[in-house]
Amino acid sequence: MKHPETQDHTSAPAAFSGGFAGWMEQRLPIFSAFRKEYVDFPMPRNLNWLWNFGAILVVVLLLMLATGTFLAMNYTPTSAEAFFSTEAIDRQLSGGWLLRGMHVTGASLFLAALYIHLFRGLYYGSYKAPRELLWLSGLVLLVMVMGTAFAGYVLPWGQMSYWGADVMTKAVGAIPVVGSALEHVLTGGDHLGDVFLHRVFVLHFIMAFLVVGVVGLHVACVHITKSGNPLGREPKGPQDTLPFHPYYTSKDLIGLIVFAMVFSALLFFWPGLLTEPANYAPADPLHTPADIEPEWYFLPFYGLLQSVPSKFGGLLAAASAILVLFALPWLDQSPVRSARFRPACRLGLAGLVMAFILLAAVGKHHATGEWMLIGRLAGLYYFGFFLVLLPLVSRREKAQLQAASPTTSEGDA
Amino acid sequence: MSVCLPPALRPVVQRCAGVLAAGGLLWPVLTGVSAVVPEGRWSFTPPAQAESFAGAPAHAPAQDWSFRGALGHFDLAAVQRGYAVFAGVCASCHSLTQVHFSDLGGMGLTPEQVSALAASWQVVAGRDAEGRLTHRKALPDDALPAPYTGPEAARAANRGAVPPDLSRIVQVYPGGADRVYALLTGYASSASAPGAGAARAEAGFANPYAIGHRTAMPPPLRENAVVYADGTRPTAQQEARDVTTFLAWISSPHADDKRRLGVGVVLYLCFLACLLVILKRRIWSHVEK
Ligand code: HEM
Repeated sequence: MKHPETQDHTSAPAAFSGGFAGWMEQRLPIFSAFRKEYVDFPMPRNLNWLWNFGAILVVVLLLMLATGTFLAMNYTPTSAEAFFSTEAIDRQLSGGWLLRGMHVTGASLFLAALYIHLFRGLYYGSYKAPRELLWLSGLVLLVMVMGTAFAGYVLPWGQMSYWGADVMTKAVGAIPVVGSALEHVLTGGDHLGDVFLHRVFVLHFIMAFLVVGVVGLHVACVHITKSGNPLGREPKGPQDTLPFHPYYTSKDLIGLIVFAMVFSALLFFWPGLLTEPANYAPADPLHTPADIEPEWYFLPFYGLLQSVPSKFGGLLAAASAILVLFALPWLDQSPVRSARFRPACRLGLAGLVMAFILLAAVGKHHATGEWMLIGRLAGLYYFGFFLVLLPLVSRREKAQLQAASPTTSEGDA
Repeated sequence: MSVCLPPALRPVVQRCAGVLAAGGLLWPVLTGVSAVVPEGRWSFTPPAQAESFAGAPAHAPAQDWSFRGALGHFDLAAVQRGYAVFAGVCASCHSLTQVHFSDLGGMGLTPEQVSALAASWQVVAGRDAEGRLTHRKALPDDALPAPYTGPEAARAANRGAVPPDLSRIVQVYPGGADRVYALLTGYASSASAPGAGAARAEAGFANPYAIGHRTAMPPPLRENAVVYADGTRPTAQQEARDVTTFLAWISSPHADDKRRLGVGVVLYLCFLACLLVILKRRIWSHVEK
């Protein structure tokens, strides 16, 4: 029987047996670990372009941290100076307009990529065993990124920053029992001013870096369970996989460059498409804007918030829209992963996307008139899909599969 | 923004909803409350939407601006003329708080010209031994001075209205450059007639592009309000065009740099994309489908 040490040593690739790499290998085998996880790592060979978004998200995250760090060096988190310092970044700081432009465009496209990434998981059943933790860590990331984006939007202290924060803190205050205490903790006083802005700045900064930690967990999960694939069947052996490098590194690079083109188009040529002009006016606590509207990526939740005839109920609906996703691995018990083989589920998912977009439109129109009705129907459908449709469909599929071949193992359909 | 569905669609939506909510169980929940806003519900829209009352500003006709569109660019000669209009006319009431004199170099001025331009403005230097304000000539690093010491002073000087800061006006003002131009040139002729008395000024000046069709701003431009260094004839229309161009430029002074850099970046990305596609195809060439 071999010593564990020598066994390790012999199993390490020859490249790491001598010199500095070999020395490291005996102490902290990062080189061989890197080779194992990012070079030789087996990937299903049939991944489509939707599997590009994880890599895209990682790169955008790094871009956000890099640009954000330099923005923070030039930003002043006080209610008197915040707007001025942001304008000074845009106007006087050399290259500041580019830095801020990248950060703002990056925030919007981060959320866009996140929604696509999440939808990929939804469509191909990536949340099912053994990838539940992967899904849950992803959802934690979603919540954290949303919080970070919201906090970031408050920082320039424009009209929308201020009144968006006003809506948000009042929503927190509407929670029964703990609400007003929580609101006070957030705002640090009876009005939104210096204390609040400083807290939001610290939260924005800290959450952004915490996201990096959770991404580490998330990616670790991918490496334990391996990537899923559009067919939803686990690869049977080496004939179904390809090493990550050079196959998926080259494919990820193409995804990244296409994404960079969209990014550049929005940043350089259509900067007005993603920004709310009202936020270029400084915050004025005495003057409520005619239309308080969040960034586009919050609109569906804003639509839910406004479709419910009670403040707390609205808040609950908006929060549940995300919370229900956490239960998804247990709501959908069907052993079939990919929606490709689940016609009913596919139809239901198309409806879900529709409902999500409709809710955004409802949010945009403040749930007035007919929009209120549409908002409620879309909201009902959204929750109905997860809580009724999916469990029913999955139960039927399970029964059918068992009838067809009683020996089919779980998760391998 | 209209908040309603097209009328033709309404019965359809209601019928569909009716079918979906069959049994009448959900119907009151879905529709009953939509007519009234019960206590405690979120309502972020004020009852009167800007567009739905009689005094909504008229739609400003679209002008042909060189800076419009993804590949537009600023006519810097017009921007410089517009600065002359701003400095000679608008600056007596409006501020450009976010702008520093050095930013004006972007209009195509040399550093010496910027210094000379700054020196034509007075800024507060501090207080002397008696506590009186002292002034000095502005330097390129100074911000453009505001005409009033604060909103109270502005209000007192303008019969209760505060002239807004113009740093981002073309972005913030609904309707943008077209509406700024329309407002400047759109005063009803009686408003600009000589002898428009104080009584009329009290109610504001008639202008279809202002909210409520009245504005507290007296018609600011007239023929020969400024002298253009480049010899362009300063008609009121020309002044309005130029100052609007200047305000559009100052609201995002790096817009041209942005578009120029963008063209380079996109070309580079296209080139890189071609290389990467070739690379990826080569690598994947022996993977059978
Ligand atoms: C900061 C945000 C995020 C980053 C940086 C990130 C990163 C990644 C990366 C690099 C991968 C592997 C490549 C790929 O499959 O695309 C991945 C896979 C995955 N992510 Fe994320 N992710 C994020 C957020 C989310 C969210 C919000 C969800 C959904 C709740 C999610 C769910 C998943 C799932 C289910 C997989 C595995 C899919 C499969 O292979 O079948 N992730 N993520």
